[in-house]
Amino acid sequence: MDGFLASPIGILAITVAQTLALLVPVLIAVAYLTLAERKVLAAMQLRRGPNVVGPFGLLQPFADALKMLMKETIVPSGANRFLFILAPILLFMLAMIAWAVIPVQDGWAIADINVGILYLFAVSSLGVYGVIIAGWASNSKYAFLGALRSAAQMVSYEVSIGFVIVTVLLCVGSLNLTDVVRAQERVWFFIPLFPMFIIFFISALAETNRAPFDLPEGESELVAGFFVEYSSMSFALFFLGEYANMILMSALTTILFLGGWHPPMHVEPFIWVPGFVWFALKIALLLFVFIWVRATFPRYRYDQLMRLGWKVFLPFSLVWLVLTAAVLKLAGWLPA
Amino acid sequence: MASLDRAARSLLLSELVSGMALTLKYFFKPKVTINYPYEKGPLSPRFKGEHALRRYPNGEERCIACKLCEAVCPALAITIEAEPREDGSRRTTRYDIDMTKCIYCGMCEEACPVDAIVEGPNFEFSVETREELMYDKARLLANGDRWEPELAKRLELDAPYR
Repeated sequence: MDGFLASPIGILAITVAQTLALLVPVLIAVAYLTLAERKVLAAMQLRRGPNVVGPFGLLQPFADALKMLMKETIVPSGANRFLFILAPILLFMLAMIAWAVIPVQDGWAIADINVGILYLFAVSSLGVYGVIIAGWASNSKYAFLGALRSAAQMVSYEVSIGFVIVTVLLCVGSLNLTDVVRAQERVWFFIPLFPMFIIFFISALAETNRAPFDLPEGESELVAGFFVEYSSMSFALFFLGEYANMILMSALTTILFLGGWHPPMHVEPFIWVPGFVWFALKIALLLFVFIWVRATFPRYRYDQLMRLGWKVFLPFSLVWLVLTAAVLKLAGWLPA
Repeated sequence: MASLDRAARSLLLSELVSGMALTLKYFFKPKVTINYPYEKGPLSPRFKGEHALRRYPNGEERCIACKLCEAVCPALAITIEAEPREDGSRRTTRYDIDMTKCIYCGMCEEACPVDAIVEGPNFEFSVETREELMYDKARLLANGDRWEPELAKRLELDAPYR
């Protein structure tokens, strides 16, 4: 048995099994996130939300998926067929491969690489390509404007996200996500770096094109933004990608600030619960906040969004980065 | 001092936090929507829903083919043809309502001297084809038989205001 596991085929089989063990729960989580969003929004608006399909509407995501699958895929006649089909696949794929480096529990990352955070950053930046390609290949002005907005927005907020991540990395001294979580054994980073936590969370909202920064899909102005022309499964892939990205950003926030798989306190009742459950709970909490924010705030105007990104978050995170570095250096807390 | 206060407020996101607190408060409030297909809201006795042709308790149909409803109908949705029956009484041979034309104004109900044509409490009669909405006499009488207890009750409740 050991011989088989060490052979190339065995290694491949293990990797595939690990990938499935991670991606299947992620996709189910995506499906239920759409339901949770509708339910939570409904509750905050004193409505009931979907409650007919299955008990409490729990089968609604599958009904929606079936409906999506049975619809006709329409490719507009002016569209670039190849890129038009490629864009949703790209976006969805990027949202999925980012999960490779996420440590669900100590040592439970599929690829425990030393530059995990750079990999995540690169993958989330590549997501802009999916958006731009979709907007351009649709050959529609709404899609194009949506794609431009989305690209500008994602690029702007990635800058301040970068500084926030650098701040955390200064405190950890490693780019490995597992090490980042291990460094929070005693105190989670959101306590000493609280302003950065807030900036990171708000930037994550902008990065995933969520309300109140959902300008790229601004229903009232751009119909649906960069994916106006998409239908059926290609639309579903965009949708899945968007929600998978939300979960991914929540996972990243959890890893960077909320202590990953660590329980709130290392005492009796809390340490009985396995780490990945804590990890999932923290992600669920953040996702609830994502939806909660959507239920609360109206959409930003585009210039306000850019002002917030470049004139508020960027200088603020830069100053805080220098401040953190100075404090770490002067107090001698820099990790070896 | 005022500017310091403002700066502190905006830095601490106090407005955003109070907004979030409000939505969270609503999250736990009881829902105001009724669980519609399983739970229905109250209807006034004057509610104007699906039409029905009523009968007398002995089973005789009320309509005497006076055609007042046909005349008063602003949407021209009602078509009536009449002939004396074998026993000599005046009855309709055809009483059609085009439910796609009907505007549910209730004028037919008002015009009827014998309370034969009424608009009932039923508003859930959606169908899949247009043809099914061309109601004929049989359909209207069947409606009347189905809803009669409620129709009588509604007329009784509304009578003091007529």
